Amino acid sequence: MEAAPVNVTKSAPLAAVGSFLGKYGLILVLLVMPVAFGIDDLRTDGNLTALGQNLVAGLSNGAIWALVAVGYTLVYGIIELINFAHGDVFMIGSFVAFGLYGVFGLTVATGALGLAVGLFAVLLVTMFATGSLNVLIERVGYRPLRGAPKLAPLITAVGFSFLLQNVGLLWLGGSQAGVPNLIDQAKVVFTVAGVDITRGDILALAATAPLVYLATTFIRKSRLDKAMRATAQDPEAARLMGINVDTTISLTFLLGGVLAGAAGLIYALYQTTVWFFQGFTAGLIAFTAAVMGGIGNLKGAVLGGLIIGCIQQISDNRVGQEWTPVIVFAYLILIMVFKPSGLLGEETREAG
Amino acid sequence: MAMLEVSDIHTFYGNIEALKGISLEVEEGEVVTLIGSNGAGKSTTLRSISGLSPPREGSIRFKGQEIGETPPQDIVRLGISQSPEGRKCFQRMTVRENLDLGAYMRKDDYENDMTRVFDLFPRLKEREKQKAGTMSGGEQQMLAIGRALMAQPELLLLDEPSMGLAPILVERIYETVAEINKQGTTILLVEQNANYALEVSSRGYVLETGAVALTDASSKLRENPDVQAAYLGGG
Ligand SMILES: Nc1ncnc2c1ncn2[C@@H]1O[C@H](COP(=O)(O)OP(=O)(O)OP(=O)(O)O)[C@@H](O)[C@H]1O
Ligand SMILES: [Mg+2]
Repeated sequence: MEAAPVNVTKSAPLAAVGSFLGKYGLILVLLVMPVAFGIDDLRTDGNLTALGQNLVAGLSNGAIWALVAVGYTLVYGIIELINFAHGDVFMIGSFVAFGLYGVFGLTVATGALGLAVGLFAVLLVTMFATGSLNVLIERVGYRPLRGAPKLAPLITAVGFSFLLQNVGLLWLGGSQAGVPNLIDQAKVVFTVAGVDITRGDILALAATAPLVYLATTFIRKSRLDKAMRATAQDPEAARLMGINVDTTISLTFLLGGVLAGAAGLIYALYQTTVWFFQGFTAGLIAFTAAVMGGIGNLKGAVLGGLIIGCIQQISDNRVGQEWTPVIVFAYLILIMVFKPSGLLGEETREAG
Repeated sequence: MAMLEVSDIHTFYGNIEALKGISLEVEEGEVVTLIGSNGAGKSTTLRSISGLSPPREGSIRFKGQEIGETPPQDIVRLGISQSPEGRKCFQRMTVRENLDLGAYMRKDDYENDMTRVFDLFPRLKEREKQKAGTMSGGEQQMLAIGRALMAQPELLLLDEPSMGLAPILVERIYETVAEINKQGTTILLVEQNANYALEVSSRGYVLETGAVALTDASSKLRENPDVQAAYLGGG
C-alpha cells in the first residue's frame, strides 16, 4: 500500500504509452501495410501510383463490404445477435439483381439511358426483396426466440445461412455464374496522377455514398437511433417510453436487408460473377469490418468496410491472394483481443 | 367514474397466476397506495396497468377506455407512465438522454418539463451529463421518477420509490411525491415502506398473494392493528 504512490510516479510514462497505444494503436496497425508498400513504391517506382491504384480498387470493394457491414452492426447493436444469415441475404441480393437483368431485358447492348433507368429499377426491386427477406427472417426465426438464451437465435441464424446458401445452389448451381458486364466496369473513365478510375469504381462509390447518407438521415429523422439504443439497453423500459420494440427491430432488419440488396447489385455489376458461396466470405469480411469500426456503430461499419477493402486489395496485389483471408482475420483477432470497442465504438462498459 | 378502474384482473407469468382477481379504483387527483409483502402482486398490478404484463382476464379502464389489451407504448400515450421496479434507467445513457427518452412520444417542446424535473430533483441537474449506470441507487431512483414525469402523465405509477434509499432521502422522495401530486398528477404508489406510503396517500389497498385483502382510507389503515403488525413494524 505504502509503495503505491511511488509506483504511480514511476509508471506514469509507461501508462501514457499504454493509453496512447490503446487509443491509436489500432490506427497505427492499420497503417502498417499502406505505409510499408508506399515506401516500397517510392523506392522502386519513385511515385505512389501503384499504391493509389490499390486504394481506389480497395475503396470500391470496400464500399460493398461497408453496405453489408451496416446490416451486421445495426442488428448486433440492437439485439446482440451476430446475424450469420446476413451475408447470404447479400448473396440473394446479387442473384435477384442478376435475375432482374433478364426480367427488365438489360443486356450489354442496352443504351445508356435505358441502362440507367433499368438499373435503378433493378436496385429498387432488389432492395425491396432483400429488405423483406431480412424482415421475414427476423419475424419467423428470431422474434419467437427473444426471451431465449442468446445461443438459440444464433443457431437459427446459422440455419438460415445454410438454407439461403442452398437456395442459391439450386438457383444458379454450384459454380460461379457469369453476369453480363452491363456497365463495362473495367473501362477507364479518367486517370488521376497515373491512377486509373474505372466505371466500376465510380459506380460503387456513387451508389454507396447516397445510400449511406439516406440511411443515416432516415435513422436520425425517424428517431430510430434513439429507439434502437433504448431497445438495446432495456427493451421493457423502452416500451414504457412509448417505443414500439417490435417495429424498431423490424425496421433495423429492413434497413440492413435493403443495404445488403444494394450491395448485392453493386457486387454483380463490379465482379460480373456471382455464386452461392459469395455470401459466406462477404459475411465474414463485413463482420470483421463491423467489429473494426466498433460493433453497433453505423459510421464505424462504413469506415471498417472501406479499410478492409483496402487491406484486401493491397494484400491481393502485393502479398498474394492466398494470404488475404489470413491477413483479414488476423486483424479481426487482433481487434477482438486488444481493442474490442473498435475504431469508433463505445468504450468498454462502465463498471456494474 | 373513476380515472382508473381495475376490475377483477387475473395476470399470469406462464402458468403462475400472480393476480387472482384484483379490483381497485383511483380517482382523479388522488394518491392511492398498494401495500403488501414480497410477492403479493403489487408490481404485477402496476405492470398490468402499464401493459407490460397484460391481464388474461378482467378489465382495466382508464378515463372510461378499456386498456387491458393495449400495448405499453400506446398506454403511455394515453397518459399513464411508470417508474418501474428496479428503476430500469438506460445505463449507458446520460441523465439528459434518459429524460429525453421519457418524452420520446411527445411532439411538443418539453424543455419546461425538463426544468420542472430538475427543480424537483436538483441532483439530476448536477449530474446531467453523467451516465445513469454510474450513478448511485438513489440518484437512479430520482431519474426513473423524473423520466416518468417527462411523459407528462395524468396517472403516474410508482413502484417502490423508496427502495434502497437512506432514510433522509426517503423523506425527500416522499416530499417530492406529494409535490408532484399537488402539481396535478394522480399517483398510484406501490410500497413496502407502508409508513410513508400511508402518510402521503388518501386511500390504500392491502394485497396478499394476488388478491386485495383490505382497503380503506389510509388514516384508517394506519390505525388498523393487523396492518400495524404486518406492515408498519408495530405490534
Ligand atoms: N417474471 C416472472 N415470472 C414468474 N413469476 C413471476 C415473475 N414476476 C413475478 N412473479 C411472481 O408473481 C408474484 C407477484 O410478484 P410481484 O413482483 O408482483 O410481487 P410484489 O408484490 O411486487 O413483491 P415485492 O414487494 O417483492 O416487489 C410472485 O409470486 C412472483 O414470484
Ligand atoms: Mg414489486
